[in-house]
Amino acid sequence: MSMQIAIAAERRHRHDAFGDWLFRKIVSAAGWFVLIALAAAAFSMYWGGREAFAEFGPGFLWSQEWDPVREQYGALVPIYGTLVSTLIAMLIAVPVSFGIALFLTEVAPAWLRRPLGAAIELLAGIPSIIYGMWGLFVLAPFLAEHVYPRLDEHLGDWPLLGALFSGPPLGIGMLTAGLVLAIMVIPFISSVMRDVFMTVPSRLKESAYALGSTTTEVAWDIVLPYTRSAVVGGIFLGMGRALGETMAVTFVLGNAHQINASLLMPGNSIAASIANEFAEATTPMYQSALLALGFVLFLVTFAVLALAKLMLMRLARREGA
Amino acid sequence: MLKSLTRSLASIALAAGIASTAQAAEITGAGASFVFPAMSRWSADYNAATGHRINYQSIGSGGGIAQIKANTVDFGSSDAPLKPEELAGSGLVQFPSVMGGIVPVFHVPGIAANQLRLDGQVLADIYLGKISKWNDPAIAALNPGLALPELRITVVHRSDGSGTTFNFVNYLSKVSPAWKQQVGEGTSVRWPTGVGGKGNEGVTAYVKQIKGAIGYIELSYALTNQVPYAQLRNADGRFVQASTASIQAAAASARWADSRDFHLVLTNAPGADSWPIAATNFILMSKQPKNAEGNRQAREFFGWVYANGDQAAAELGYVPLPDELVRQIAAYWGSHFN
Repeated sequence: MSMQIAIAAERRHRHDAFGDWLFRKIVSAAGWFVLIALAAAAFSMYWGGREAFAEFGPGFLWSQEWDPVREQYGALVPIYGTLVSTLIAMLIAVPVSFGIALFLTEVAPAWLRRPLGAAIELLAGIPSIIYGMWGLFVLAPFLAEHVYPRLDEHLGDWPLLGALFSGPPLGIGMLTAGLVLAIMVIPFISSVMRDVFMTVPSRLKESAYALGSTTTEVAWDIVLPYTRSAVVGGIFLGMGRALGETMAVTFVLGNAHQINASLLMPGNSIAASIANEFAEATTPMYQSALLALGFVLFLVTFAVLALAKLMLMRLARREGA
Repeated sequence: MLKSLTRSLASIALAAGIASTAQAAEITGAGASFVFPAMSRWSADYNAATGHRINYQSIGSGGGIAQIKANTVDFGSSDAPLKPEELAGSGLVQFPSVMGGIVPVFHVPGIAANQLRLDGQVLADIYLGKISKWNDPAIAALNPGLALPELRITVVHRSDGSGTTFNFVNYLSKVSPAWKQQVGEGTSVRWPTGVGGKGNEGVTAYVKQIKGAIGYIELSYALTNQVPYAQLRNADGRFVQASTASIQAAAASARWADSRDFHLVLTNAPGADSWPIAATNFILMSKQPKNAEGNRQAREFFGWVYANGDQAAAELGYVPLPDELVRQIAAYWGSHFN
C-alpha cells in the first residue's frame, strides 16, 4: 500500500519537475529572444551602413554635408534636429505631465479623476500621423499668425536668447515640432507618474498634513522623493518615443538640411530623413548612408537610456539603497 | 433538400471562382508615384472592360527600377529615363506611358494666377538663394506693371526623392550654369535653401500656408488644389502658361525618332508654344521575363491604355501621348518582343 502511494508520489514529482523545467525554458527563451532581436536589429543596421562608415569614417557624425548627387553624406544636421526637438519636447512635457499627475492624484475631485484619466489614455492612442496633420494644418498656421511674429518682435533682439527666436514666421520649424512631440509624449509620462504617485503610502502623506504641510509641500517633499526613480524612468520612456518619432516630425519640422540657431527655422531629424529618402535611394552608397543614420539613432537612444540608468543608480546610492 | 441545395450552390460558386481566376490575370507593376492616380484609374477601367487586374505599387522610381531589374514585377515605372547602355546591360526595354507638366506655384498675396511671369534663370537663382525677396529687380524686370510686395521668398522643395524633382532640376541645370555647377541634377539633391515637403501633397500644403512661398508641383495637383502657378519663358523666348496644349506642344517638338529606347527628357523643349518643364513617365519591361505571360498581358494593358485611356488621363490632369509617338512605340515593341 505504501509502495503504491510512493510510486504515485514519485510520478507526480517527476511530472511537476518536467513542467517546471519546461516553464523555465520557455520563459528563458522569451528573455533571450528580446536580447537577440535587439542585437540583430543593431547589427543589421551597422552592416547596412558599413559602406558609409568605411567611406566617411567617424567624420560622418559631424559632417554637415548631405549631397546625393555628389554622394557626400554627413549626420550632423539630422542628429542636431533630433536632439533639439526632443529637448524642447521634454522641457515642455515634463512640467505639464507632472502637473497633470499631481492634479489627478491630489487636487481633482473624485468624480473627475476617472474621465480625465481616460481622456489622457485616448490622447496616447491617437496615431502619430494624425498629430502630424493636425500640427501642419491647425497648429502651424496659428503659430505663424499669432505667436511667432510676436516672439520675433519682442525676443528677437535680446543679446543671447534673441538668436533662438528670430526669423521669418513660417509656422513649421523646430519649435513647432517640439510642441507637437510634447503633446504626444505627455500621455505616456503622465500615466507613469500618476500610477506611481498613487503608490505613495497615504500614511506618509497624512502624517505630513497632520504636521501642517500644504499640498505643495506634500507633493514636493513627500510624493516626489518617494517616487523619484519611477518618475525618471517615465520621463526617459517619453524621451525614447520623442527621439524616434517619424511622421509627426516630418510634417512640421520642415525637412530642411540646415542647422540654424533659431528655433523658428526648419531643420531635419534622423527618423524624418530616413522616412523621406529611403524609397528613392537608388545608389548603394545612399542606402548605406541612410542605414548608417539609423544606426546612429540607435546609438543616440542607447546613450540617452544609459545616461538615465546612471542617474538612477546615483540617486539610489544617495538614498542609501 | 436544403443540404443538397446548399451543396449545389457551393459547387457553382467554386466553379465560378475557378473559372474567373483561370481567365482574369493579375499584372504587377511598381514605380513612380507620378502616375499612380492614372494607373489606378486605368486599372479600374481595364478591369471593367476585360476582367484583368493591374496591381501597381507606388514605391518611387528607384524602387520600380530595382524591382524590374530583379524581375519580381511585370513592369516598372520611372520618371527619369534609363540610358540605353544601362537598359542593354539589364536586358530591359523602355517606352513612355503618359506625360505631365511641372509648374512653379507661388503664394503672394495680391498676385493672382496667370499674372506672374518667371524665367529659368530667375527660378534657378531663387532656388539657389540668390534672389530672396519678391520685389527683387530680376523678378520686377520680367513683370513690368505688376506691384510686387517686399516679401521674403520661402523656397519649398521636395524632402523625398522623386521624379518630379528630377525633371525640375534637369530643367534648372539646362538653363542655369550656376545651378548645374553648384547643385546638379538627380532625384534627390542638396538644396541650398528652403523647406522640404513630403510628396507633391506636402509641397502644395506648405505653399498654400506660407506667405511668400514658391514651390514646384505637378500640374494636376495645382489644378485640383487651385494653387496659382506662374508663366515661364520657354526656349523660344515666349512666355507660356502650362496646359494640356502647351505640354503636348513640348512633346510634339521632341525628336523621339532620334532617341534610342526613347531616352529623351522633355525639359526646355523647343517650339513657340512648348511648356518648358514637361515630364514623361517611362515604363520598363524585361526582354527575358521570368513570367512571359505576365509580360504579354502587361503589353496588352498598355496597348489598351494608348487606345482607350486618353480621356481618363486628361481628366486627371495628365497629357496623353501623341498618336505619332504611339505608332513608334508599337514599332519598338515589334522589334524587341517576338
